[in-house]
This record gives sequence, C-alpha cells and structure tokens, in this order.
Amino acid sequence: MKIHEYQAKELLAAAGAAIPRGIVVSSAAEAEAAFDKLGGQPVVLKAQVHAGGRGKGRFKDSGKDFGGVKFVKNRADVAPITEVMLKYPLVTKQTGEEGQPVSKVLVQAAADIAREVYVGMVLDRALGKPILMACAEGGVEIEEVAARSPEKILKAVVDPHIGLLPCQARRMAYDLEFTAEQAPKAEAIMTALGRVFLDKDCALAEINPLVVTPTGDVIALDAKMSFDDNASFRHPDIEKLRDETEENPAELRAAKSGLTYISLTGNIGCLVNGAGLAMATMDIIKYHGGEPANFLDVGGGANKDQVTEAFRIILSDPRVKAVLVNIFGGIMKCDTIAGAVIAAFQEVKPKVPFVVRLEGTNVELARKMLADSGLNLQTANGLTEAAKKVVAAVK
Amino acid sequence: MSILVDKNTRVVFQGLGKVGTFHAQQCRDYGTQVVGGVVPGKGGTVKEGFPLFNTVAEAVRKTGANASAVFVPPPAAADAILEAADAGIAVIIAITEGIPVLDMSRAMPFVREKGVRLVGPNCPGVITPGQCKIGIMPGHIHKPGSVGIVSRSGTLTYEAAWQLCEIGLGQSTCVGIGGDPVNGTNFIDVLKLFNEDPQTEAILMIGEIGGTAEEKAAEYVQKHVKKPVAAFIAGQTAPPGKRMGHAGAIISGGSGAATEKIAALKAAGIAVSASPADLGTTMQQAIKAKK
Repeated sequence: MKIHEYQAKELLAAAGAAIPRGIVVSSAAEAEAAFDKLGGQPVVLKAQVHAGGRGKGRFKDSGKDFGGVKFVKNRADVAPITEVMLKYPLVTKQTGEEGQPVSKVLVQAAADIAREVYVGMVLDRALGKPILMACAEGGVEIEEVAARSPEKILKAVVDPHIGLLPCQARRMAYDLEFTAEQAPKAEAIMTALGRVFLDKDCALAEINPLVVTPTGDVIALDAKMSFDDNASFRHPDIEKLRDETEENPAELRAAKSGLTYISLTGNIGCLVNGAGLAMATMDIIKYHGGEPANFLDVGGGANKDQVTEAFRIILSDPRVKAVLVNIFGGIMKCDTIAGAVIAAFQEVKPKVPFVVRLEGTNVELARKMLADSGLNLQTANGLTEAAKKVVAAVK
Repeated sequence: MSILVDKNTRVVFQGLGKVGTFHAQQCRDYGTQVVGGVVPGKGGTVKEGFPLFNTVAEAVRKTGANASAVFVPPPAAADAILEAADAGIAVIIAITEGIPVLDMSRAMPFVREKGVRLVGPNCPGVITPGQCKIGIMPGHIHKPGSVGIVSRSGTLTYEAAWQLCEIGLGQSTCVGIGGDPVNGTNFIDVLKLFNEDPQTEAILMIGEIGGTAEEKAAEYVQKHVKKPVAAFIAGQTAPPGKRMGHAGAIISGGSGAATEKIAALKAAGIAVSASPADLGTTMQQAIKAKK
C-alpha cells in the first residue's frame, strides 16, 4: 500500500525528522489561507497523488503548461493554480493517459536549496535484511543511478532487531560529505527514516531529496513510502491513510473477495488458480500471439462464489473479448471446479467466448460436465490448445 | 535416496485449524508419518487421531518428531518457525502465506544459527513421491523417479509434475521454496542437495519475476552442476512495479524482470522452456542432450 507525500512526511516528522512547513488543502480558498498562514512568502504547490513523475506531468485538458509541483511567488497565483490542480487529472509517466484526479494539494514553504542528496530504505532480498541507501546526487531517479553508476550508491545493512545504529547514520552523513554542523541534522533524519521503516513495516521509504538550505538547515523536502500489505493487521494507523481513489477499482474489489487481480492492457481475460500458474497463463497467451487483459489468481479453493465474482470482475473490463479459465485441480478436484464454473457461468451469462482448461484430479468427469452443460464453453486439453483457442477467438 | 524428507521423516503439524487439520489428514493418508499436532492449550487431547501437544519441544520429546509443517496464521507464524527451530526440528516447512517480510527478516538469523533447514514460507511444501508428503500439494499427481523439481510457485509445480509424469518421468523430490521475498531455502540450497543426491539425475527449476535468485542459481549451475537442468521463468508478460500475487513476484528498482533471468539461465547452459506447456518436454530434451 502506498501513501501520499504529505502523510509520509508527517510520519517522518513524528519520528523526529525536520520537514518543511506545509499545509494540506482541498480547495483554492484554503490554499490562499495557507499561503497567508505560511507568512506570505513563496510556496510550492504540490499535487498529492501516489504516482511518481509529478513535476514533469501535465494536467489533462487544462491547457496549462505546468506539472504537479509548481513554485508560486505571488498570492494572486495561488488560487487559480490550485483550482487547475484540483479540477483536471494529472498525467505522469506512471499514471497512464487517463491521469489521476487530485483531491489534495500540499502548500509548502519554498526552500532555497544549497545541496540535495538521496536517502532511502528498502529490503535487500539477497541479504534478507533492510538496507539504508544514499547517494550524493539527490532529486534523481535512484534506479537510474544504480544502473548507470552503482558505485555512487552508499549502503548500510540494518539489523532488523536493533535498527539503524547511530554510528551507521553518522558514517553515512560523513560519507555523504555533510559538514560537521550539518551531519547531526542529517543523522536525525536518517534515524527517523530507519525508525519509521521498521516500526511501520515499510516496503520502501525514501527521502528524495534531502536538502541543505543556504542557512545550513537539513530537511526532508520530499518523501515517498509504501508498506508491506502482509503487516497491515498490526498497523491500523497506517491503514487509515489508505486512499482508495488512488487504487484501481477492479483491483480493490477483487482484493475484498480474497482474489488477486491486476489489470493489464490486452483483450483476453484470465482466471487461474495460483500466482505462478496465473503468470504462466499470461505468458502462454502472449507466446501464441494474444494479449492478456489481466492477472487473476483465484487462490487454491476456487469455490462458486469466488469464481462468480472473478467472472464479474473480468467482464467489467470492456476490452475483454474472450476469457481463458485455466485451473489445475489438485486437492480441490476438477469436477468441483467445473461445477463452480458452470454455476458462475449461468449466473453471470457472459457474452464473450470462454475457453476452459482443467487439469488434474477427476478431469475426465469435469470435461464431461462442461460438455453436457449446454453452455457456450469451449474446453481444451493442455495449455497450448487452450491458449491457441482463446487467441483464435479474439482474432 | 531423496532430499529433505523420506519415509523415516516424523512430522508434527503446527497449527491444526480447519486447513491444517485437513492437510495433516491428507499427508497421513499419503503415508507420511504424522506424529501429532502442536496447539498451545490443547496438549494431552487428540484431534482426528492426532495427539496434541502444547509446545513443539514437548512433541519432539514425546514423539521423536524431526520435521514440522507450519500452518499457523501469519501474525504468529514467524514465532512458530522460531519455536520449531529452538526445539531442534531439523526440517521446518512453512506453508503459511502472508507473513510480514520483516518478521522473516528477524527470524532468519536465529534459524541459521540453529543450523536447521526452513523451507518456505508461502510454499506448497516438499514431497518425495511414494515416501513422504509434507504440504498442500496433491500427492497422486507425483510419481517416484529421478527428476528433482525446485520451484517458487505452487500450482505451476503441480503442472510441472503432471507434465513430467505424462511423459514417464517421475520425481525424486519436489521442493516448493515459496513466493516470498525472504525465504528459508533458496534455489542454490536445493540445487546443491539435488546435485549431491544419487537418485536425482536431472533438475527442473521453476522461477518467476522478482529478485535475483535465478541469476545466482544460474551461476551456481554453471560452476557446480553436471546433471541436466531445465528451467522456466513465469511472468514474462508482467508489468513492472506490480506485485503478481506472490509477495516476492515484483519487478522493482530496475531488477527482477524475466528477460534478464532467462538470459542468465541460458548463458549457464540451462535449457529454458519458452512455454509453460513444454516444462516436461524441455526437461526430457535436456536429459537426452546430456547423454
């Protein structure tokens, strides 16, 4: 789960990090009031969306030539710019062309920047431990730096029991060439980052950039955080920060029924049991010249209610021109699954062609049930035949 | 021979709820020596014929259990793994899906220190066909033989076993290492065991997007494995930044894509199946090519 920038900064501030003064608003009038409250000095208006690339994005159909992060000097400009941000969806390289509607804008006191660096925490999968990463070049895409010049990325392995050690933060601060005056301030921010990451079960926590102002202050100017969904049961406070308008409605609906659904761009819907087989099913559709419309893992059970809801979710995508059901019946026998598919089919009454491939326990009986059902279902023997049939159905 | 589990394995089930009990029965029916269950507070009672114990240590003391199957729900699952490790269980097989990744990160140093083998979490388990099944896989789709399977996926492993059996290739042992980013056993651990196991003559490896475990495994195979190895990588069509069902199946930070993994596997001389329908035949061809 992701949260907004302003929420991430509030978590960091609560853990002891210095952040810029800012006020979150949801109307132009509130933005003006915030401008006044911040002292009438220049501000940055920051559209709050989860997607990255805000600065370089544009507000769709607004006719305006600014992105989701806008420096504003004059009071008179605050309201009209905020209005545009709240009225038109923001299109960035991560949102897709329809863009993401903005419901909150962060009005932040503009900071003069003498220097910017990157600090972030993430789980290093190979080590099985969190690492603090830093880079003397801030405001950049860390992935790009990692690919281009990995030697520029500094790392400290964090013991998940103990947390980031003061000596690790200190060493990192001096390796980043902060001055003796700045280093303790940078250490405090890194310590806060480490604490939030471990206390709140983050998947990723980044401060990008961490800046030094001309007067020597060190602040977390921008922050990004995502959380381990498996740990949400012990963080009701983080769960409250969820913004459902940022999530794909079909994915959200699927999650509520215990299904994993991910929307893709093709026209062949897939319903599969198991994540690995579901990915492999997408792959084989592509291998035979088709394009999958989604990933859908119905889980090990595949009962009638879940299959029915899965059918509805897949068919709610107007691009879907055919559906492939691929289920390996193990302990849940194929005839039971065939019964669920038939019942779901009768209830949902799909208008597009369906290809069903079942394999495993009692498969003969299951195939007979599907054939005798009188429903407009094609059956397939084997993955290849199933993929070929469903690809042919959309051609 | 086989790896990890065989007919002498004595397994205790941790977490005998509805799902755990069902699978304990399935494993017992398969012929596995299921010696009991651990349910704190229910020690001394019997459920579905399984004697219950309050702690793993008690179960070990009274039954000589040397393996455990963890079905405990996610919030307490890491603790259950630690309990088994502390009680001297040699092989811990964690089926539970949804354990917070930091819990596993915190648990692993203790597991390593104890020198025990943890398989999973979020895995289908381990089966040595005809001898011992600890996990949720359907037993009857497997046949004894000489191909070792190691996989990050559940149903795709069943698919692989099924395809192998269809062309007359049985399995020595099938190990599901699980779909989580931090797991107890990785590809290299299992490749090493298969490499040293005289019954295993060929190895089928099923990876997926996310992380770099497949690349590291490819390096290991190139250096150390003389037996024929075939592989498949799921998620060639997965978009970056999206978690594809498994917590660990995500392309992020510019790494974890299928193309890089496939290239590394091929460079190591591993036969990579382009289609998931050809898992069995790719293995068969790799075996013929080595003869």
